[in-house]
Amino acid sequence: MGIKIQTQNLNFFYGNHQALFDNNLVIPANQITAVIGPSGCGKSTHLRVYNRIFELYREQKATGEVIIDGKNILDNDVDVLELRRKVGMIFQKPTPFPMSVFDNVAYPLNLHYKLDKKAIEERVEQALRGASLWDEVKDKLYSSGLALSGGQQQRLCIARTIASEPEILLMDEPTSAIDPVATLKIEELMDSLRERFTIVIVTHNMQQAARISDQTVFFYKGRIIEYGQTKDIFTNPKNKQTEEYITGRFS
Amino acid sequence: MNGHFNNALKSLQGMLGTMSVYAEEAVRLSGKAIDELSVASAMQVIEGDEKLNSMENEIEEECLKILALYQPVASDLRNVVTILKVNSELERVGDLAVNIAERVRSLDSFKNSNIEKFDFNKMLQLSCGMLKDALDSLVYHNIILAQEVITRDEKVDIIHRDNYGIVRTFIIKHPNSAEYYLNGLTISRCLERVADIATNIAEDVIYLESGSIVRHCHETGKTNEL
Repeated sequence: MGIKIQTQNLNFFYGNHQALFDNNLVIPANQITAVIGPSGCGKSTHLRVYNRIFELYREQKATGEVIIDGKNILDNDVDVLELRRKVGMIFQKPTPFPMSVFDNVAYPLNLHYKLDKKAIEERVEQALRGASLWDEVKDKLYSSGLALSGGQQQRLCIARTIASEPEILLMDEPTSAIDPVATLKIEELMDSLRERFTIVIVTHNMQQAARISDQTVFFYKGRIIEYGQTKDIFTNPKNKQTEEYITGRFS
Repeated sequence: MNGHFNNALKSLQGMLGTMSVYAEEAVRLSGKAIDELSVASAMQVIEGDEKLNSMENEIEEECLKILALYQPVASDLRNVVTILKVNSELERVGDLAVNIAERVRSLDSFKNSNIEKFDFNKMLQLSCGMLKDALDSLVYHNIILAQEVITRDEKVDIIHRDNYGIVRTFIIKHPNSAEYYLNGLTISRCLERVADIATNIAEDVIYLESGSIVRHCHETGKTNEL
Protein backbone atom coordinates (compact mmCIF):
# COMPACT_ATOMS: atom_id res chain seq x y z
CA MET A 1 0.00 0.00 0.00
CA GLY A 2 1.51 3.33 -1.10
CA ILE A 3 1.85 6.42 1.03
CA LYS A 4 -0.54 9.25 0.11
CA ILE A 5 0.20 11.83 2.79
CA GLN A 6 3.20 12.19 5.03
CA THR A 7 3.59 14.93 7.64
CA GLN A 8 7.04 15.70 9.00
CA ASN A 9 7.53 17.85 12.08
CA LEU A 10 4.27 19.64 11.40
CA ASN A 11 3.65 22.51 13.83
CA PHE A 12 0.69 24.85 13.77
CA PHE A 13 0.12 28.24 15.34
CA TYR A 14 -2.97 30.38 15.98
CA GLY A 15 -1.07 33.64 16.35
CA ASN A 16 1.26 33.03 19.31
CA HIS A 17 -0.59 29.94 20.46
CA GLN A 18 0.94 26.68 19.27
CA ALA A 19 -1.78 24.10 18.53
CA LEU A 20 0.20 21.27 16.89
CA PHE A 21 3.59 19.96 17.98
CA ASP A 22 5.89 17.99 15.70
CA ASN A 23 3.19 15.86 14.10
CA ASN A 24 4.79 12.99 12.17
CA LEU A 25 2.27 10.82 10.42
CA VAL A 26 1.99 8.55 7.41
CA ILE A 27 -1.40 8.14 5.73
CA PRO A 28 -1.66 5.18 3.35
CA ALA A 29 -3.39 5.57 -0.01
CA ASN A 30 -6.90 4.17 -0.52
CA GLN A 31 -7.48 3.54 3.14
CA ILE A 32 -9.66 5.21 5.74
CA THR A 33 -7.69 6.84 8.52
CA ALA A 34 -9.67 7.89 11.60
CA VAL A 35 -8.40 10.74 13.77
CA ILE A 36 -9.61 10.61 17.37
CA GLY A 37 -8.94 12.57 20.54
CA PRO A 38 -10.64 14.86 23.05
CA SER A 39 -12.10 18.21 22.00
CA GLY A 40 -9.50 20.86 21.32
CA CYS A 41 -6.64 18.36 20.89
CA GLY A 42 -5.81 19.50 17.34
CA LYS A 43 -7.55 16.90 15.18
CA SER A 44 -9.43 19.38 12.96
CA THR A 45 -6.49 21.77 12.96
CA HIS A 46 -4.25 18.99 11.65
CA LEU A 47 -6.80 18.10 8.95
CA ARG A 48 -7.16 21.75 7.85
CA VAL A 49 -3.46 21.88 6.95
CA TYR A 50 -3.86 19.22 4.25
CA ASN A 51 -5.70 21.57 1.90
CA ARG A 52 -4.31 24.81 3.36
CA ILE A 53 -7.79 26.01 4.18
CA PHE A 54 -6.32 27.64 7.30
CA GLU A 55 -4.72 30.26 5.05
CA LEU A 56 -8.08 31.99 4.84
CA TYR A 57 -7.12 33.39 8.26
CA ARG A 58 -4.05 35.58 8.23
CA GLU A 59 -2.82 34.89 11.78
CA GLN A 60 -2.69 31.12 11.31
CA LYS A 61 0.57 29.48 10.32
CA ALA A 62 1.89 25.97 9.68
CA THR A 63 5.56 24.90 9.70
CA GLY A 64 7.17 21.60 8.79
CA GLU A 65 6.21 19.50 5.81
CA VAL A 66 3.03 17.94 4.48
CA ILE A 67 4.06 15.75 1.58
CA ILE A 68 1.28 14.67 -0.75
CA ASP A 69 2.36 12.45 -3.64
CA GLY A 70 5.97 13.45 -3.06
CA LYS A 71 5.38 17.23 -3.01
CA ASN A 72 5.41 19.45 0.09
CA ILE A 73 2.06 21.24 -0.20
CA LEU A 74 3.20 23.97 2.20
CA ASP A 75 5.70 25.22 -0.41
CA ASN A 76 4.96 28.62 -1.91
CA ASP A 77 4.82 27.35 -5.50
CA VAL A 78 1.79 25.13 -4.85
CA ASP A 79 -1.39 25.99 -6.79
CA VAL A 80 -3.84 26.22 -3.88
CA LEU A 81 -6.96 26.00 -6.07
CA GLU A 82 -5.64 22.78 -7.61
CA LEU A 83 -4.65 21.51 -4.13
CA ARG A 84 -8.20 22.06 -2.89
CA ARG A 85 -9.58 20.21 -5.90
CA LYS A 86 -7.27 17.32 -5.15
CA VAL A 87 -7.97 17.40 -1.40
CA GLY A 88 -11.72 17.73 -0.88
CA MET A 89 -13.31 18.47 2.47
CA ILE A 90 -16.62 17.56 4.12
CA PHE A 91 -17.61 19.47 7.25
CA GLN A 92 -19.51 18.65 10.42
CA LYS A 93 -22.72 20.37 9.32
CA PRO A 94 -23.94 19.82 5.79
CA THR A 95 -23.15 22.92 3.74
CA PRO A 96 -25.26 22.76 0.56
CA PHE A 97 -25.19 25.96 -1.47
CA PRO A 98 -28.50 27.84 -1.73
CA MET A 99 -29.14 26.50 -5.22
CA SER A 100 -30.64 23.42 -6.87
CA VAL A 101 -29.38 19.87 -6.24
CA PHE A 102 -28.00 19.81 -9.78
CA ASP A 103 -26.23 23.17 -9.48
CA ASN A 104 -24.70 22.20 -6.16
CA VAL A 105 -22.87 19.34 -7.84
CA ALA A 106 -22.19 21.20 -11.09
CA TYR A 107 -20.64 24.15 -9.25
CA PRO A 108 -17.11 22.73 -8.82
CA LEU A 109 -17.23 21.34 -12.37
CA ASN A 110 -17.76 24.82 -13.71
CA LEU A 111 -14.99 26.08 -11.43
CA HIS A 112 -12.33 23.51 -12.29
CA TYR A 113 -13.21 22.21 -15.74
CA LYS A 114 -14.46 23.56 -19.06
CA LEU A 115 -17.11 21.03 -19.95
CA ASP A 116 -20.10 21.18 -22.26
CA LYS A 117 -23.63 20.84 -20.92
CA LYS A 118 -23.94 17.14 -21.73
CA ALA A 119 -20.63 16.29 -20.08
CA ILE A 120 -21.64 18.24 -16.98
CA GLU A 121 -24.95 16.36 -16.80
CA GLU A 122 -23.09 13.08 -17.01
CA ARG A 123 -20.60 14.05 -14.32
CA VAL A 124 -23.38 15.28 -12.00
CA GLU A 125 -25.23 11.99 -12.34
CA GLN A 126 -21.99 10.07 -11.82
CA ALA A 127 -21.20 12.04 -8.64
CA LEU A 128 -24.73 11.65 -7.25
CA ARG A 129 -24.59 7.92 -7.92
CA GLY A 130 -21.13 7.78 -6.31
CA ALA A 131 -22.57 9.46 -3.22
CA SER A 132 -25.49 6.95 -3.14
CA LEU A 133 -27.96 9.81 -3.61
CA TRP A 134 -29.05 9.51 -7.24
CA ASP A 135 -32.10 7.30 -6.66
CA GLU A 136 -33.41 9.69 -4.01
CA VAL A 137 -32.96 12.95 -5.97
CA LYS A 138 -33.17 12.04 -9.66
CA ASP A 139 -36.76 13.37 -9.81
CA LYS A 140 -35.99 16.61 -8.00
CA LEU A 141 -32.67 17.65 -9.46
CA TYR A 142 -33.85 21.22 -9.90
CA SER A 143 -35.35 21.59 -6.41
CA SER A 144 -33.34 23.42 -3.78
CA GLY A 145 -30.56 21.43 -2.15
CA LEU A 146 -31.62 23.00 1.13
CA ALA A 147 -34.94 21.12 0.94
CA LEU A 148 -33.23 17.73 1.39
CA SER A 149 -32.98 15.97 4.77
CA GLY A 150 -29.82 16.41 6.85
CA GLY A 151 -28.39 13.06 5.78
CA GLN A 152 -29.20 13.72 2.12
CA GLN A 153 -27.64 17.19 2.37
CA GLN A 154 -24.43 15.64 3.70
CA ARG A 155 -24.38 13.13 0.84
CA LEU A 156 -25.04 16.01 -1.55
CA CYS A 157 -21.92 17.70 -0.16
CA ILE A 158 -20.00 14.45 -0.68
CA ALA A 159 -21.31 14.32 -4.28
CA ARG A 160 -20.24 17.96 -4.80
CA THR A 161 -16.78 17.13 -3.45
CA ILE A 162 -16.22 13.96 -5.46
CA ALA A 163 -17.56 15.60 -8.66
CA SER A 164 -14.28 17.48 -9.01
CA GLU A 165 -12.45 14.11 -8.81
CA PRO A 166 -10.29 14.68 -5.76
CA GLU A 167 -7.79 12.06 -4.60
CA ILE A 168 -8.16 12.71 -0.90
CA LEU A 169 -11.36 13.24 1.10
CA LEU A 170 -11.07 14.99 4.45
CA MET A 171 -14.11 14.51 6.65
CA ASP A 172 -14.43 16.57 9.80
CA GLU A 173 -17.03 14.84 11.97
CA PRO A 174 -19.28 14.28 8.94
CA THR A 175 -22.02 12.43 10.82
CA SER A 176 -22.17 14.31 14.12
CA ALA A 177 -25.17 16.37 13.02
CA ILE A 178 -27.25 13.59 11.46
CA ASP A 179 -29.38 10.71 12.75
CA PRO A 180 -28.15 7.08 13.12
CA VAL A 181 -29.85 5.81 9.94
CA ALA A 182 -28.30 8.59 7.82
CA THR A 183 -24.99 7.97 9.63
CA LEU A 184 -25.07 4.33 8.58
CA LYS A 185 -25.65 5.37 4.95
CA ILE A 186 -22.66 7.73 5.06
CA GLU A 187 -20.50 4.99 6.61
CA GLU A 188 -21.52 2.53 3.89
CA LEU A 189 -20.78 5.22 1.33
CA MET A 190 -17.32 5.79 2.83
CA ASP A 191 -16.64 2.09 2.63
CA SER A 192 -17.45 2.11 -1.09
CA LEU A 193 -15.40 5.29 -1.67
CA ARG A 194 -12.18 3.94 -0.20
CA GLU A 195 -11.36 2.17 -3.47
CA ARG A 196 -11.16 5.50 -5.27
CA PHE A 197 -10.05 7.92 -2.56
CA THR A 198 -7.79 8.22 0.45
CA ILE A 199 -10.10 9.19 3.29
CA VAL A 200 -9.16 10.92 6.55
CA ILE A 201 -12.00 11.30 9.02
CA VAL A 202 -12.10 13.17 12.32
CA THR A 203 -14.64 11.59 14.64
CA HIS A 204 -15.66 11.69 18.29
CA ASN A 205 -17.53 8.45 17.84
CA MET A 206 -15.20 5.65 18.93
CA GLN A 207 -17.43 2.94 17.52
CA GLN A 208 -17.52 4.72 14.18
CA ALA A 209 -13.72 4.89 14.09
CA ALA A 210 -13.53 1.19 14.99
CA ARG A 211 -16.17 0.24 12.40
CA ILE A 212 -15.01 2.09 9.35
CA SER A 213 -11.32 2.87 9.53
CA ASP A 214 -8.22 0.88 8.60
CA GLN A 215 -5.87 3.04 10.60
CA THR A 216 -6.47 5.17 13.70
CA VAL A 217 -4.53 8.17 15.00
CA PHE A 218 -4.89 9.37 18.59
CA PHE A 219 -4.21 13.05 19.25
CA TYR A 220 -3.78 14.70 22.63
CA LYS A 221 -2.83 18.31 23.29
CA GLY A 222 -1.62 18.84 19.74
CA ARG A 223 0.62 15.79 19.70
CA ILE A 224 0.19 12.44 17.99
CA ILE A 225 0.26 10.00 20.88
CA GLU A 226 -0.24 6.79 18.94
CA TYR A 227 -1.22 5.62 15.50
CA GLY A 228 -1.54 2.23 13.93
CA GLN A 229 -3.92 -0.38 12.59
CA THR A 230 -7.43 0.23 13.94
CA LYS A 231 -7.77 -3.40 15.08
CA ASP A 232 -4.63 -3.00 17.21
CA ILE A 233 -5.59 0.39 18.65
CA PHE A 234 -9.02 -0.86 19.70
CA THR A 235 -7.93 -4.23 21.09
CA ASN A 236 -4.45 -3.60 22.39
CA PRO A 237 -3.26 0.02 22.34
CA LYS A 238 0.39 0.45 23.24
CA ASN A 239 0.04 3.81 24.97
CA LYS A 240 -1.64 4.24 28.36
CA GLN A 241 -3.27 7.55 27.35
CA THR A 242 -4.79 5.93 24.24
CA GLU A 243 -6.13 3.08 26.38
CA GLU A 244 -7.64 5.52 28.88
CA TYR A 245 -9.23 7.63 26.14
CA ILE A 246 -10.85 4.84 24.17
CA THR A 247 -12.10 3.07 27.29
CA GLY A 248 -13.63 6.30 28.59
CA ARG A 249 -11.32 6.58 31.60
CA PHE A 250 -9.66 9.75 30.38
CA SER A 251 -9.37 12.56 32.91
CA MET B 1 -20.85 4.81 31.39
CA ASN B 2 -17.50 4.37 33.10
CA GLY B 3 -18.86 3.73 36.60
CA HIS B 4 -21.64 1.47 35.38
CA PHE B 5 -19.25 -0.51 33.22
CA ASN B 6 -16.74 -0.93 36.06
CA ASN B 7 -19.48 -2.15 38.41
CA ALA B 8 -20.77 -4.59 35.80
CA LEU B 9 -17.24 -5.90 35.16
CA LYS B 10 -16.53 -6.29 38.88
CA SER B 11 -19.75 -8.20 39.39
CA LEU B 12 -18.86 -10.43 36.40
CA GLN B 13 -15.39 -11.10 37.83
CA GLY B 14 -17.01 -12.03 41.15
CA MET B 15 -19.36 -14.48 39.42
CA LEU B 16 -16.45 -16.10 37.56
CA GLY B 17 -14.48 -16.31 40.83
CA THR B 18 -17.35 -18.23 42.43
CA MET B 19 -17.61 -20.52 39.42
CA SER B 20 -13.86 -21.18 39.58
CA VAL B 21 -14.21 -22.34 43.18
CA TYR B 22 -17.03 -24.74 42.20
CA ALA B 23 -15.09 -26.11 39.20
CA GLU B 24 -11.89 -26.67 41.21
CA GLU B 25 -13.87 -28.34 43.95
CA ALA B 26 -15.59 -30.63 41.41
CA VAL B 27 -12.24 -31.93 40.14
CA ARG B 28 -10.84 -32.27 43.65
CA LEU B 29 -13.92 -34.23 44.77
CA SER B 30 -13.85 -36.48 41.71
CA GLY B 31 -10.20 -37.24 42.55
CA LYS B 32 -11.21 -38.07 46.09
CA ALA B 33 -13.98 -40.30 44.73
CA ILE B 34 -11.45 -42.30 42.66
CA ASP B 35 -8.85 -42.40 45.40
CA GLU B 36 -11.24 -43.61 48.08
CA LEU B 37 -13.66 -45.30 45.66
CA SER B 38 -16.27 -43.14 47.35
CA VAL B 39 -19.69 -43.27 45.71
CA ALA B 40 -20.89 -40.47 48.01
CA SER B 41 -18.20 -38.09 46.71
CA ALA B 42 -18.97 -39.15 43.15
CA MET B 43 -22.66 -38.37 43.66
CA GLN B 44 -21.74 -34.98 45.10
CA VAL B 45 -19.80 -34.17 41.91
CA ILE B 46 -22.61 -35.35 39.63
CA GLU B 47 -25.29 -33.41 41.50
CA GLY B 48 -23.12 -30.29 41.75
CA ASP B 49 -22.70 -30.06 37.97
CA GLU B 50 -26.13 -28.50 37.55
CA LYS B 51 -24.92 -25.50 39.54
CA LEU B 52 -21.94 -25.05 37.20
CA ASN B 53 -24.19 -25.31 34.16
CA SER B 54 -26.56 -22.63 35.41
CA MET B 55 -23.65 -20.38 36.39
CA GLU B 56 -22.26 -20.73 32.87
CA ASN B 57 -25.55 -19.46 31.44
CA GLU B 58 -25.73 -16.56 33.90
CA ILE B 59 -22.17 -15.43 33.16
CA GLU B 60 -22.63 -15.75 29.42
CA GLU B 61 -25.84 -13.69 29.54
CA GLU B 62 -24.07 -11.05 31.62
CA CYS B 63 -21.11 -10.91 29.18
CA LEU B 64 -23.44 -10.52 26.19
CA LYS B 65 -25.35 -7.78 28.02
CA ILE B 66 -22.10 -5.90 28.74
CA LEU B 67 -20.92 -6.28 25.12
CA ALA B 68 -24.26 -4.98 23.81
CA LEU B 69 -24.64 -2.12 26.28
CA TYR B 70 -21.10 -0.79 26.63
CA GLN B 71 -19.30 -1.99 23.50
CA PRO B 72 -16.01 -2.19 25.40
CA VAL B 73 -12.64 -1.81 23.69
CA ALA B 74 -8.95 -2.43 24.50
CA SER B 75 -8.35 -3.99 27.96
CA ASP B 76 -12.07 -3.77 28.79
CA LEU B 77 -12.88 -5.83 25.69
CA ARG B 78 -10.12 -8.32 26.49
CA ASN B 79 -11.49 -8.66 30.04
CA VAL B 80 -15.03 -9.48 28.91
CA VAL B 81 -13.88 -11.81 26.13
CA THR B 82 -11.54 -13.65 28.53
CA ILE B 83 -14.33 -14.09 31.07
CA LEU B 84 -16.61 -15.43 28.32
CA LYS B 85 -13.97 -17.97 27.26
CA VAL B 86 -12.89 -19.04 30.77
CA ASN B 87 -16.57 -19.41 31.66
CA SER B 88 -17.07 -22.05 29.01
CA GLU B 89 -13.77 -23.76 29.91
CA LEU B 90 -14.91 -24.06 33.54
CA GLU B 91 -18.21 -25.60 32.50
CA ARG B 92 -16.20 -28.23 30.60
CA VAL B 93 -14.08 -28.85 33.70
CA GLY B 94 -17.35 -29.63 35.50
CA ASP B 95 -18.34 -32.10 32.77
CA LEU B 96 -14.95 -33.83 32.99
CA ALA B 97 -15.28 -34.11 36.77
CA VAL B 98 -18.69 -35.74 36.25
CA ASN B 99 -17.20 -38.10 33.69
CA ILE B 100 -14.54 -39.14 36.21
CA ALA B 101 -17.07 -39.53 39.00
CA GLU B 102 -19.26 -41.75 36.83
CA ARG B 103 -16.41 -44.33 36.62
CA VAL B 104 -16.17 -44.82 40.38
CA ARG B 105 -18.84 -47.51 40.68
CA SER B 106 -17.17 -49.58 37.97
CA LEU B 107 -13.71 -49.22 39.56
CA ASP B 108 -15.21 -50.14 42.92
CA SER B 109 -16.36 -53.51 41.57
CA PHE B 110 -12.69 -54.42 40.95
CA LYS B 111 -11.62 -53.34 44.46
CA ASN B 112 -10.80 -56.86 45.63
CA SER B 113 -9.34 -58.10 42.36
CA ASN B 114 -5.60 -58.90 42.21
CA ILE B 115 -4.99 -57.10 38.90
CA GLU B 116 -2.48 -54.23 38.61
CA LYS B 117 -4.24 -50.99 39.60
CA PHE B 118 -3.91 -47.45 38.33
CA ASP B 119 -2.46 -44.79 40.58
CA PHE B 120 -3.97 -41.46 39.56
CA ASN B 121 -2.50 -39.46 42.44
CA LYS B 122 0.34 -37.86 40.52
CA MET B 123 -1.84 -37.02 37.54
CA LEU B 124 -4.53 -35.62 39.82
CA GLN B 125 -2.02 -33.52 41.68
CA LEU B 126 -0.56 -32.12 38.45
CA SER B 127 -3.89 -31.40 36.72
CA CYS B 128 -5.52 -29.86 39.80
CA GLY B 129 -2.37 -27.81 40.44
CA MET B 130 -2.37 -26.51 36.87
CA LEU B 131 -6.05 -25.57 37.10
CA LYS B 132 -5.56 -23.79 40.42
CA ASP B 133 -2.51 -21.86 39.20
CA ALA B 134 -4.16 -20.92 35.89
CA LEU B 135 -7.13 -19.48 37.80
CA ASP B 136 -4.79 -17.74 40.26
CA SER B 137 -2.89 -16.19 37.35
CA LEU B 138 -6.23 -14.81 36.10
CA VAL B 139 -7.16 -13.32 39.47
CA TYR B 140 -3.70 -11.88 40.21
CA HIS B 141 -2.92 -10.80 36.61
CA ASN B 142 0.21 -12.96 36.84
CA ILE B 143 1.50 -13.57 33.31
CA ILE B 144 4.66 -15.38 34.59
CA LEU B 145 2.55 -17.93 36.45
CA ALA B 146 0.35 -18.37 33.34
CA GLN B 147 3.41 -19.08 31.20
CA GLU B 148 4.68 -21.54 33.79
CA VAL B 149 1.34 -23.41 33.80
CA ILE B 150 1.60 -23.92 30.03
CA THR B 151 5.01 -25.58 30.38
CA ARG B 152 3.59 -28.15 32.85
CA ASP B 153 1.05 -29.56 30.37
CA GLU B 154 3.66 -31.82 28.75
CA LYS B 155 4.17 -33.76 32.00
CA VAL B 156 0.47 -34.66 32.16
CA ASP B 157 0.49 -35.61 28.48
CA ILE B 158 3.39 -38.01 29.10
CA ILE B 159 1.59 -39.70 32.00
CA HIS B 160 -1.52 -40.09 29.84
CA ARG B 161 0.51 -41.60 27.01
CA ASP B 162 2.10 -44.02 29.48
CA ASN B 163 -1.36 -44.96 30.78
CA TYR B 164 -2.40 -45.78 27.23
CA GLY B 165 0.56 -48.18 26.97
CA ILE B 166 -0.27 -49.73 30.34
CA VAL B 167 -3.89 -50.30 29.33
CA ARG B 168 -2.87 -51.97 26.10
CA THR B 169 -0.49 -54.33 27.90
CA PHE B 170 -2.82 -55.14 30.79
CA ILE B 171 -5.89 -55.77 28.68
CA ILE B 172 -3.91 -58.46 26.86
CA LYS B 173 -2.69 -59.83 30.21
CA HIS B 174 -6.08 -59.65 32.00
CA PRO B 175 -8.76 -59.65 29.29
CA ASN B 176 -11.49 -60.26 31.89
CA SER B 177 -10.64 -56.94 33.53
CA ALA B 178 -10.84 -54.88 30.32
CA GLU B 179 -13.69 -52.82 31.79
CA TYR B 180 -11.48 -51.68 34.66
CA TYR B 181 -8.67 -50.58 32.36
CA LEU B 182 -10.94 -48.88 29.86
CA ASN B 183 -12.58 -46.89 32.64
CA GLY B 184 -9.14 -46.07 34.01
CA LEU B 185 -8.12 -44.85 30.60
CA THR B 186 -11.21 -42.62 30.45
CA ILE B 187 -10.27 -41.09 33.80
CA SER B 188 -6.72 -40.56 32.57
CA ARG B 189 -8.06 -38.83 29.47
CA CYS B 190 -10.36 -36.61 31.55
CA LEU B 191 -7.46 -35.54 33.77
CA GLU B 192 -5.34 -34.86 30.71
CA ARG B 193 -8.21 -32.70 29.36
CA VAL B 194 -8.39 -30.80 32.67
CA ALA B 195 -4.70 -29.98 32.20
CA ASP B 196 -5.42 -28.88 28.61
CA ILE B 197 -8.19 -26.60 29.86
CA ALA B 198 -5.85 -25.15 32.48
CA THR B 199 -3.43 -24.47 29.61
CA ASN B 200 -6.20 -22.76 27.62
CA ILE B 201 -7.07 -20.57 30.61
CA ALA B 202 -3.38 -19.67 31.04
CA GLU B 203 -3.25 -18.72 27.35
CA ASP B 204 -6.34 -16.56 27.86
CA VAL B 205 -4.59 -14.82 30.76
CA ILE B 206 -1.60 -14.06 28.52
CA TYR B 207 -4.00 -12.58 25.94
CA LEU B 208 -5.77 -10.57 28.63
CA GLU B 209 -2.58 -9.11 30.03
CA SER B 210 -0.52 -8.64 26.87
CA GLY B 211 -2.97 -8.63 23.96
CA SER B 212 -1.00 -11.43 22.29
CA ILE B 213 -2.78 -14.57 21.15
CA VAL B 214 -0.42 -17.43 22.05
CA ARG B 215 -2.84 -20.31 21.45
CA HIS B 216 -1.40 -22.92 19.06
CA CYS B 217 1.97 -21.15 19.19
CA HIS B 218 3.77 -23.78 21.24
CA GLU B 219 4.29 -27.48 20.63
CA THR B 220 2.61 -29.58 23.29
CA GLY B 221 3.80 -32.91 21.96
CA LYS B 222 0.28 -34.33 22.06
CA THR B 223 -0.52 -37.57 20.29
CA ASN B 224 -3.80 -38.14 18.56
CA GLU B 225 -4.07 -41.79 19.39
CA LEU B 226 -7.15 -41.33 21.60
